[in-house]
Amino acid sequence: MKIMVAIKRVVDYAVKIRVKSDKTGVETQNVKMSMNPFCEIALEEALRIRESGLASEVVAVSMGPTQCVDTLRTGLAMGADRAIHVDTTAALYPLSVAKLLKALVDVEKPGLLILGKQAIDDDCNQTGQMVAGLLDWPQGTFASKVVLDKEKQVATVEREVDGGLETLCLDLPAVITTDLRLNQPRYATLPNIMKAKSKVIKKFTPQELNVEIKSDLEVVQVTEPPKRKAGVIVSFCGRADRQA
Amino acid sequence: MLTYATKRCRFNPAVNSSLATSVSCSQKSSPSADSSENSSPLSLAMMPRLFSKSNHHPRTCTTVSSSSSSTYLLNSTSSTDHFEPHTQVPSSTSSDPFSSPGAPPKRPNTTYPTRTKSGYPFFCYSDINLRFFPSQTAASRFLSSGYLLNPTNLSFSPSGFPPKHSSSTNSNQTVNRYPFFGYSARFFGSQTTVNRIFSSGYLLGGTNLRNSIRIGSGFLKVQSLAGGLRSFSSESDRESIDYDVVVVGAGPAGLSAAIRLKQMCQEKGVDLSVCVVEKGAEVGAHILSGNVFEPRALDELLPQWKQEEAPISVPVSSDKFWLLTKDHAFSLPCPFDNKGNYVISLSQLVRWMGIKAEELGVEIYPGFAASEILYDANDKVIGILTNDMGVAKDGSKRENFQRGVELKGRITLLAEGCRGSLSEKLVKKYLLREKVQAQHQTYALGIKEVWEIDESKHKPGSVLHTLGWPLDYKTYGGSFLYHMKDRQVSVGFVVALNYQNPFLNPYKEFQKFKHHPVIKPLLEGGTVLQYGARTLNEGGFQSIPYPVFPGGAIIGCSAGFLNVPKIKGTHTAMKSGMLAAEAAFGVLNEGSNMEAYWDNLKNSWIWEELYKARNYRPAFEHGLIPGLALSALEHYILKGRSPLTLKHGKPDHEATDVAKLHSPLQYSKPDGVVSFDVPTSLYRSNTNHEHDQPAHLRLRDPKIPGLVNLPDYAGPESRYCPARVYEYNPDEEGQLKLHINAQNCLHCKACDIKDPKQNIEWTVPEGGGGPGYSIM
Repeated sequence: MKIMVAIKRVVDYAVKIRVKSDKTGVETQNVKMSMNPFCEIALEEALRIRESGLASEVVAVSMGPTQCVDTLRTGLAMGADRAIHVDTTAALYPLSVAKLLKALVDVEKPGLLILGKQAIDDDCNQTGQMVAGLLDWPQGTFASKVVLDKEKQVATVEREVDGGLETLCLDLPAVITTDLRLNQPRYATLPNIMKAKSKVIKKFTPQELNVEIKSDLEVVQVTEPPKRKAGVIVSFCGRADRQA
Repeated sequence: MLTYATKRCRFNPAVNSSLATSVSCSQKSSPSADSSENSSPLSLAMMPRLFSKSNHHPRTCTTVSSSSSSTYLLNSTSSTDHFEPHTQVPSSTSSDPFSSPGAPPKRPNTTYPTRTKSGYPFFCYSDINLRFFPSQTAASRFLSSGYLLNPTNLSFSPSGFPPKHSSSTNSNQTVNRYPFFGYSARFFGSQTTVNRIFSSGYLLGGTNLRNSIRIGSGFLKVQSLAGGLRSFSSESDRESIDYDVVVVGAGPAGLSAAIRLKQMCQEKGVDLSVCVVEKGAEVGAHILSGNVFEPRALDELLPQWKQEEAPISVPVSSDKFWLLTKDHAFSLPCPFDNKGNYVISLSQLVRWMGIKAEELGVEIYPGFAASEILYDANDKVIGILTNDMGVAKDGSKRENFQRGVELKGRITLLAEGCRGSLSEKLVKKYLLREKVQAQHQTYALGIKEVWEIDESKHKPGSVLHTLGWPLDYKTYGGSFLYHMKDRQVSVGFVVALNYQNPFLNPYKEFQKFKHHPVIKPLLEGGTVLQYGARTLNEGGFQSIPYPVFPGGAIIGCSAGFLNVPKIKGTHTAMKSGMLAAEAAFGVLNEGSNMEAYWDNLKNSWIWEELYKARNYRPAFEHGLIPGLALSALEHYILKGRSPLTLKHGKPDHEATDVAKLHSPLQYSKPDGVVSFDVPTSLYRSNTNHEHDQPAHLRLRDPKIPGLVNLPDYAGPESRYCPARVYEYNPDEEGQLKLHINAQNCLHCKACDIKDPKQNIEWTVPEGGGGPGYSIM
């Protein structure tokens, strides 16, 4: 069984972002970019499934400009077998990504599609769910535990929901999105990084996949959240609005 | 066995298949105990496969560390040396890196395959490894004799059998057992729990393990003697990668050296493999500098830098020098000549240089910290070892533990920057300062912020330096304010670390400085983009050590080529990197000596420039006014032709007075507009470390802060650290205790320099941690 993992290149989680002075977005020039932490967890889970013998191959997929190749190389260094890069400079919103993923799934035919639950730059939390809808596959989102059963071709997924933990049993092929507590991603070792540099990454364009990238969304403005106002100290624990 | 294989495979996916098959094979073949060379060819044959990596990679990638370590060991004859190898293993329990001072060593993570029966808190590594050697004698013979005896033919050929040894192995056992034991000690380096075994004597039931090995006949005999002690591993699970040149640090010096090497390779039609390791998460992440850049070295290195869009675009437009008092600023004649220089962000320039280096074929690995030097039997440096990743705070291995990798180079160049941790060790070890009668190095701490200010106040290329307020006349230091492009302004404050008042807080002096009536209006209405701090060397000519050691050289600020009166060190660092590269190329290509680097330095413009600038800084030993007077004399009258060479005063850590001679300094609270508190500033430095890792700031003696630092000096580290790593907090009994917040560290090295008893040792944390400078 093949596992496809979708990874995204985002601003590194440790960087303190700033809004651009023209308010069209966040400053990404000269800012460190790296793999989305949830995508790292997704890739780690795929690698563990492969290492336990339940899968044969892990394919890492990323969409975006040429620099995405760096993130894919990190994925290869962590242990992915192959990587696919969909080369596009257009702004990619979750629906476009979902459509591209559907097209790639039709090409690669994996038994499992694992993604991070959300990207830390837009916090959309939509792609996994959308692609499951497009593929008409069952989905197990916010997974904190994944157990595969090869004979029965099901995946038992424990999800972190508001009320606690929910356990679902999904027929394969399925879509799983990973949450933070699923695993601790491994470090890419230096020798693996070196080897990954020479591995071939397959390139596609949206045209080749017959996907039209058009966005129904337009970013109007990006501003910083308002500064915290100083608190008001009340003299008694009653209604604060009765003070003053 | 299989569980081991799968666990191990998690960390080394590439050897997955080979390990699994080899392990299962060795289970089937169980060679007899007393068989000789033909005993278990199958199991022996398995071993190379176990140890070798898959062959995609052209480089010799042996998982077992080869000649280096073992030959080193054969050399160490004295018994005491075994457990204190050149890896600088701390010798007492108190300096154990992984346990809190004084606490007994903790048990390693129990999720690992085995535990020793004796229950000693040893890591389980070796248990794993021992299982690969089902045959005691075959294995021991294989490992202890031929393997160690013949350091030259050590690398396992991936397909063949290991070298056949002569049958005179037994006679050599006695010799080898010693180093063999030390072999494993050395492999596990200073970062794992093994050293606790060896160095602290925390051994099985009190028996001295060294003796037991001497008696036994092979390392596995120890197993029986020690009653289940299976903590020694004959094979190192560390991988070893060979390069021609290994450069530590992707800064201006390191990258210049790498680029120059590749350029010479292209000119002469040779190919040398060059590897640069960098502890920052990306190239440029740990680079901080003023910076008014003199392009002299870059013109020599990459003459087409302008066409290739180097981020050097703001020429110096005005140059001012002011003496500040509390309310006024007096303009002094400007001693600098910045014509032809540019105001840049060094972090961006280094990032660009990194791209250029990669284009030329240099391999740059950010996120890997060089934590140890590797030596061979002749005490020659043969490379570096990167940090183990994924070690938990208590020293146990986390889920994603990764062993460090050995990067072996025929030449190793250390370009770690000011007070580089490895460079300092080498200077001490090879007595590099004594060799040329150099003085000690003196330092200053620079704290910097990059602001984005109003368009109307911004004048690109404007350069300002100040002296005087807020520092008193006994403390050397001043500020700088450079206008870059895009409304960005670099403002910073430098304090020499030989200040005497232990109550001085350089960070707060900086914040105070920004309130000066001439400075404040410029910054008001602006926002701070980044914050950072780094020490710089001020020793100049008098403190340059002999920069060549057996196996490599020290380049850049690690040696100390900063021109203090000019306050520029980038161009000399780059030039030193280039000169070292030329010498290294000579060594690798023509068989000449690395000493050529020293000669190159003395014949270059670095020497001339630093010689002329040598007396400016020592002149300030006696205070600001004598210093200014002497400097004026030097600059305008003697013009660098002074017959004398002034000497530095006491080393920085000895210069601190005891607290009772001074009274605490009063600093006002930050106003949040122009001045800020440390946590706010730290947030802007993007500093980040993996929280669950051992503290990288080690106290050589954990009692000293309570016995000396606090009572005598009032805990100066809580003041000079620009990241508030060191805090004295009252504990339950109300006693002030030192608390180290290692994750705040900005890697400035001030604590390593200024601690009065030199008790704080800055070591390198897990790679990828530390600040994230992008426009500094």
